[in-house]
Amino acid sequence: MKRSIRFSVPLAAVIVIFAAAPEAQAAGKLTLYCSPQIEWCQLVIKEFQKATGIKVAMTRKSSGETFAQINAERKNPKGDVWWGGTGDPHLQAAEEGLTIEYKSPMLGKLHPWAQNQAKTSGYKTVGIYMGALGFGYNTKLLAKKGLPAPKCWKDLTKPIYKGEVQIASPHSSGTSYTTLATMVQLFGEDEGFKFLQALHKNINQYTKSGSAPIKAAARGETTIGITFLHDVVTQVIKGMPIKAVAPCEGTGFEIGSMSIIKGARNLASAKKWVDWALSPGAQKLMPKAKAYQVPSNASVAPPPEAPKMADIKLINYNFKKYGSSAERKRLLKRWDKEVKALPR
Amino acid sequence: MNKTVALWLAVGWAGYAVLPWYAIDDGFFGFAWFDGFPTNIDSAPAILQVMDHGRAWLLPIGLALVAPLAVLWRGGAKPWAATVLMTAGGLGLAYIVAQGFAIGLGGWEFGFIESAFGELGDRQFGMGYGALLVIGAFLFFLTQGLAKRGVINGDAFVVGSIGLVIALIAAFIVFPVASILISAFQDNDENFAPALFFIKLFSRDIWGTDCLTSTLTCGIAWNSLLMATLVGASTTVLGLAFALIATRTGFRAKKILRVLTVLPIVTPPFVIGLAVILLFGRAGSVNTFLEWAFAIEPTRWIYGLPGIWLAQMLAFTPIAFLVLIGVVEGISPSMEEAALTLRADNWRTFTTVSLPLMRPGLANAFLLGFIESLADFGNPLVLGGEFDVLSTSIFFAIVGAQVDQGRAAVLAFVLLAFTLSAFYAQRRWLGRKSYATITGKGDAGLHVRLPKRLTRTIYATALPWAALTAVIYCMIMFGGFVETWGFDHSFTLRHYTEAFSITTGLHGLVWSGAAWNSFWTTLEIAAISAPLTAGIGLLAAYILVRQRFVGKDAFEFGTMLSFAIPGTVIGIGYILAFNVPPIEITGTGIILVVCFVFRNMPVGVRAGIAAMSQIDKSLDEASLTLGATSFATLRKVVMPLLRPAIVAALVFGFVRAMTAISAVIFLVSANYDMATSYILGRVENADYGLAIAYSSVLILVMLAAIILIQGAVGTRRLSRRDTQQFGLEGGAA
Repeated sequence: MKRSIRFSVPLAAVIVIFAAAPEAQAAGKLTLYCSPQIEWCQLVIKEFQKATGIKVAMTRKSSGETFAQINAERKNPKGDVWWGGTGDPHLQAAEEGLTIEYKSPMLGKLHPWAQNQAKTSGYKTVGIYMGALGFGYNTKLLAKKGLPAPKCWKDLTKPIYKGEVQIASPHSSGTSYTTLATMVQLFGEDEGFKFLQALHKNINQYTKSGSAPIKAAARGETTIGITFLHDVVTQVIKGMPIKAVAPCEGTGFEIGSMSIIKGARNLASAKKWVDWALSPGAQKLMPKAKAYQVPSNASVAPPPEAPKMADIKLINYNFKKYGSSAERKRLLKRWDKEVKALPR
Repeated sequence: MNKTVALWLAVGWAGYAVLPWYAIDDGFFGFAWFDGFPTNIDSAPAILQVMDHGRAWLLPIGLALVAPLAVLWRGGAKPWAATVLMTAGGLGLAYIVAQGFAIGLGGWEFGFIESAFGELGDRQFGMGYGALLVIGAFLFFLTQGLAKRGVINGDAFVVGSIGLVIALIAAFIVFPVASILISAFQDNDENFAPALFFIKLFSRDIWGTDCLTSTLTCGIAWNSLLMATLVGASTTVLGLAFALIATRTGFRAKKILRVLTVLPIVTPPFVIGLAVILLFGRAGSVNTFLEWAFAIEPTRWIYGLPGIWLAQMLAFTPIAFLVLIGVVEGISPSMEEAALTLRADNWRTFTTVSLPLMRPGLANAFLLGFIESLADFGNPLVLGGEFDVLSTSIFFAIVGAQVDQGRAAVLAFVLLAFTLSAFYAQRRWLGRKSYATITGKGDAGLHVRLPKRLTRTIYATALPWAALTAVIYCMIMFGGFVETWGFDHSFTLRHYTEAFSITTGLHGLVWSGAAWNSFWTTLEIAAISAPLTAGIGLLAAYILVRQRFVGKDAFEFGTMLSFAIPGTVIGIGYILAFNVPPIEITGTGIILVVCFVFRNMPVGVRAGIAAMSQIDKSLDEASLTLGATSFATLRKVVMPLLRPAIVAALVFGFVRAMTAISAVIFLVSANYDMATSYILGRVENADYGLAIAYSSVLILVMLAAIILIQGAVGTRRLSRRDTQQFGLEGGAA
């Protein structure tokens, strides 16, 4: 008899697992999935709570991770709003029906590119900021090696920069896929791939994360890093010996977006968040959070540290076409076959 | 017997008729559900769900709880009592599981049931504490019935433990892993497409051998295999060297050595990788020095296999050490004495007696190093360069630009196949030989001195490595106190105040630092999961080593499964499996605890197996013969001899819960943010100062915890030999 009582010990253990672990509090009035850097997330949440009194519970994950999570949670969504992060996964979420349509009254006050993003997705997402592609170089290393400063995309394919250029792999990084799609649109598909083949010879490493190349350049691990210009500016402001370059041929860009998740449990708060996040008050916060992108509300001037839009030639980037799963798979496959497979 | 049946029957009825059947949205311990209880549909117990709310599908569960009443009534000694208990428990369990999966958030989950019964017009949420108690009761009835039938000599404790561990493994390992692996056979629209599986499986980027014939890279499967073999072998050798120094030599600075060997295991991810870059990277200290002194052009050699190898060796040698130290000190000197008596010299004794006796430890250490290396995510991410391995490829197949869950599942398949092969190779190598030397027989109690040339060799291997580890850690501690690590080395306390400042506000102290929130959550979750990890792990080890039953191999496979699968896959699998009823625990702290317990349990199992296979079964048998129950034997004879394994499992469970990253990034939620996911965010943003400051604090906390665990569990005394101290023991200063 005693033996059997003892048997209850392991079962009690499993009950303890459930009893001891803290329970969820669904009391939060808005659950936010936040994809930009954490300071920015925390700052906007603080200001939003001040402005509306709505309590926000936030999870910060990169846009790829957030997309994966929303996709996995599709049967029983836990989040209300997905704020920030590059536009492609937002468009993809719209395409797959993970997010819902909402036309904010603020829509008319936005830059055309931000409105365009909303139109492309059937108003399931909207642009909140824009960042242009470019590259940055380590001024100290460049001087030490006696190399000329690159100014254009084509400069990067010159043999003098062999083993000095870094970019993320388009398989793992949305940033790098944007670069791939930009080259296809800028030079035409075949010419674009020729450019990427020539660039391939100079690449010392295809990194996994999109902003890793410029961080490596700041540490002196590579001379040139290709990424979004606002990430380059972040390094400049940190005091790193980095110079940002807006390529002379023109460049592609991303639209940081925001979507309401389908099945949101706090839909009213979610709509309030979207309206507020597009207001000038919210968008003025960007430089304070060390975010140097261009805000989508037309009445807000870009931060002085941001790359001057006048100096950047933007191409007419076709988000619908190049954001679709089919085109993405086709281009990545071609890149694997014609670029990655080449010797360096 | 009847008393325990009565007890569990009471538990079962409490779950069925008293506690809320479904999970409470605002949390059970919020007790907000008292309002409107028991009639409210959200908090009603099952019996009222049936009577008041028309949820008739819960009725059969009650019927299964009625049957054991007969056993209680008519006495448990009757032969039919076993049948009744078994049937009630088995059918009850099967029915609960079936109804849980059949009826979900949107009514019937399967089309064929809907066409048979028509639309349900109702739905159900995740199971709550009521359901949990009932499941526990059914499990008990089932195993009790089996034991009464004479399974495993009628030992109720052992049958119950086996049943419990199997149920837990099924729910928290097999189910989530199956949820994701199924997608290997589906296309992106969830249609069944087996042909696609084979196309993805045999693709060139997985199995290509281009690196042999050209400058191109080889397939990621080969890369992973090469890396894991190198890391497994080298960590085992280094771990053995450290274990020998710590137990068999007169080396004076043993305590410092032990701190150094334990440090990497308490280091949050990314930190070692970053330090390695700062030391060996193109602009790192070593290259800068070489360029200055010998005009050697700095290169990027660290990115790729060499970097991962180095960082993983730094990270995983301690695991090999932890496994091996128990084994090395557990070898009874009597065998060695016998060899010496037979005139073997020191060298011969070591190579033909001591070393073969260490085989279980060596094999386990290699297996752990191999699997850890395969599943490691942080180091290949930071240092991998273009050396792609399975774990990172799986991650980017899911979160990257391609979003291909099927490919991730296929890669997970390959990874799993490697791990299992290693597992089987290890078993074949160990064979059926006995490695038991702790038999209770007398011996001189003193180990034989190591042969001189061996001592020289292990010093030559271990000491430079210890020096390197020391340098890396000095750099890490230093990194938290400078403006920008590796660039602007002016002193600052900025990072610490940003993360851990405490200010006085209107209502007393305010924990205003940015890190406090995730810090407390992490500490809480780790403290809860560690004892559970150790308990379940050692219980499983005990069953595996000491009991024989049908399906033991499958059981062992199940306990190792979660370890073999990279955290990323586990993370996604957990979301897929536990975001919807019947087990709906995403967004809670529970899912983190469960994830840690079942991911880290294999270390407890391996350490337990290694230690237990050294303890001769005759000790158990003596205890059993003297009338002790198997539980008492486990507690009073086996456990004290297992102290090093208990410490290893507790330490590992705690430390891993604080440093895990790959599964955690998918499971953290708004209310339960973990330290590592916070640190990852800072690293992504190149904010290394704060990441390192936070990591340093975590390291100190974990060291303190290890000393605490060490003190609480104590050491084992095997004989008149000096008590061998494991771990840090006052050496953290």
